[in-house]
Amino acid sequence: MLQVSLQQSRPTKLDVELRCEKGEVLALVGPSGAGKSTVLRCIAGLQSSQQGVILCKDQLWFDSKKGVHQSPQQRRVGMVFQSYALFPHLTVKDNIQLALDVDKKNHQQDVKQLLKQVHLGGLEHRYPHQLSGGQQQRVALARALARQPQVLLLDEPFSAVDKVTRRKLYLELNTLRRGLNMPIVLVTHDLDEAAMLADSMCVIHQGKTLQQGTPEQVLYRPDNVAVARQVDVRNLLSATLKDNNGQLQLSWNNYLFTVTSSSSFVAGQKVHWTLSPSKVLLHQRVRPSRGEHENPVTGVIQDMVTLRGITTVLIIVEQSNGDLLQMDLPEHVAMRNQLKVGETITVSLLSEAIHLMAD
Amino acid sequence: MDWQAFEVSIKLALLTSMSLLPIGLAIAYFLAKSKFSGRGTIEAVITLPLVLPPTVLGYFLLVGMDNNSFFGSLFVTLTGHSLAFSFVGLWFASIIYSLPFAVQPMLRSLEQIAPEIREAAWCSGLSKWKTFFKIELPLAWPGIITAMVLSFAHTLGEFGVVLMIGGNIAGETRTVSIAIYDSVLAFDHQQAQAMSLTLLVVALITISVVYTFNHYRSNTRVL
Repeated sequence: MLQVSLQQSRPTKLDVELRCEKGEVLALVGPSGAGKSTVLRCIAGLQSSQQGVILCKDQLWFDSKKGVHQSPQQRRVGMVFQSYALFPHLTVKDNIQLALDVDKKNHQQDVKQLLKQVHLGGLEHRYPHQLSGGQQQRVALARALARQPQVLLLDEPFSAVDKVTRRKLYLELNTLRRGLNMPIVLVTHDLDEAAMLADSMCVIHQGKTLQQGTPEQVLYRPDNVAVARQVDVRNLLSATLKDNNGQLQLSWNNYLFTVTSSSSFVAGQKVHWTLSPSKVLLHQRVRPSRGEHENPVTGVIQDMVTLRGITTVLIIVEQSNGDLLQMDLPEHVAMRNQLKVGETITVSLLSEAIHLMAD
Repeated sequence: MDWQAFEVSIKLALLTSMSLLPIGLAIAYFLAKSKFSGRGTIEAVITLPLVLPPTVLGYFLLVGMDNNSFFGSLFVTLTGHSLAFSFVGLWFASIIYSLPFAVQPMLRSLEQIAPEIREAAWCSGLSKWKTFFKIELPLAWPGIITAMVLSFAHTLGEFGVVLMIGGNIAGETRTVSIAIYDSVLAFDHQQAQAMSLTLLVVALITISVVYTFNHYRSNTRVL
């Protein structure tokens, strides 16, 4: 298990708390310059923060108070750099062999085995510049694994490859990680990538970790508005809570919504609320259902975009100050209901999917 | 042909370029790694011999090597010989004179190595010394070869500094360039021509070796 706690005021601000269990993939997400790579470099021992503690298993790698700062060589980390940082004057085999040779007792692994593990057999004698981006990434991964590291660190490892290769590499990494019994920290600014590969997700913004949880929690139930903005929730709105016969309801424009998760809030409190676009349900014209009584909202379609079978509908809500709602639905449903820009539609907002956040 | 002068010149050039390998590499490595504000000043001081008239540099070195100066008297105490007008003094002066020719190519090639390459080596478990010998040195090799060849060629053609520091002692400080100058003064144009042509060919060959080597590397490997 890896536990990281870092604080720093200069030169870049850091206030980081995160943990990653054995065999777990933790995605560190945030915009460029948020401090993701700095955190990764601190874990690797390539730089240190003014204060903090880094604990891996039972080994203390860094403790500012005790004056402990182990070098990258002592820490036994496997790191895949964004640029891969392969040694350009050495062949694939020598790149990996160099890391294998460090530990003379390491007889269990050999270059061929490692290359097989990353699906790169037969390219041992090539130089890095003779490899494609995806192949270079695989070599970097094999080299990182050669030392049998206690932690695997991946710094935006997919950013330098094309989309098709990236998809292939996602699947490969997903298969590979099942056989790796170590904490894996993945730095990325791609939320979809993080949601696809990670068991746990940590949002970092301006050097501060805002929330760590499962991708589901972070993406759909953010702790606060700052997290919601960082994970780019598509329906982020504000409203007030009202008491209705002892039950709290969400008062938004002229609508009054039933909500299920309001225990930590009080009547009269201003809140932000969010709802996944896939939890906005269309009232079908041809086949009305009982669910239509649940938080109905009427609006006019402003725009529609279809991507890979999912149609996103942008709705201007009636009786509001031009507030917009986004709804995702399968393309065939949009076609079946003959949705068109400018048409008025009614939708239901699933009460259990409405997530409230304090103002 | 003054073969003795050739022997002195080649011995001086070889010793200078060989001495500049560790000295230049140490300075270049230090400069490549450091980011302090005074780096520009240090680089300027090292590059100074490149722009300073050789006689000016020679004058300061002569003053520094005088038996009454700190270095000069120290050398006399240690060896019993005078530093000025000796081969060792000339060797020392040549190291200073050719320093920019050694440091600059080494520095440029060390700076071209991406910091992540070094860090990847550390993360792979390589010690700092191992990283230097197995990663940094092989990657900086073209710059090091260029530095060695350039300082050899530059020392071979040295004149002003040699005249100021070494004088004209046959077999000790008389180099080819001094011998050519002497021949011209003595109206021995045949000898001056022969030695000048030989020096020209040697200089051309060394520079061609550097260019061919660098061209070959850029064609065969992307670094």
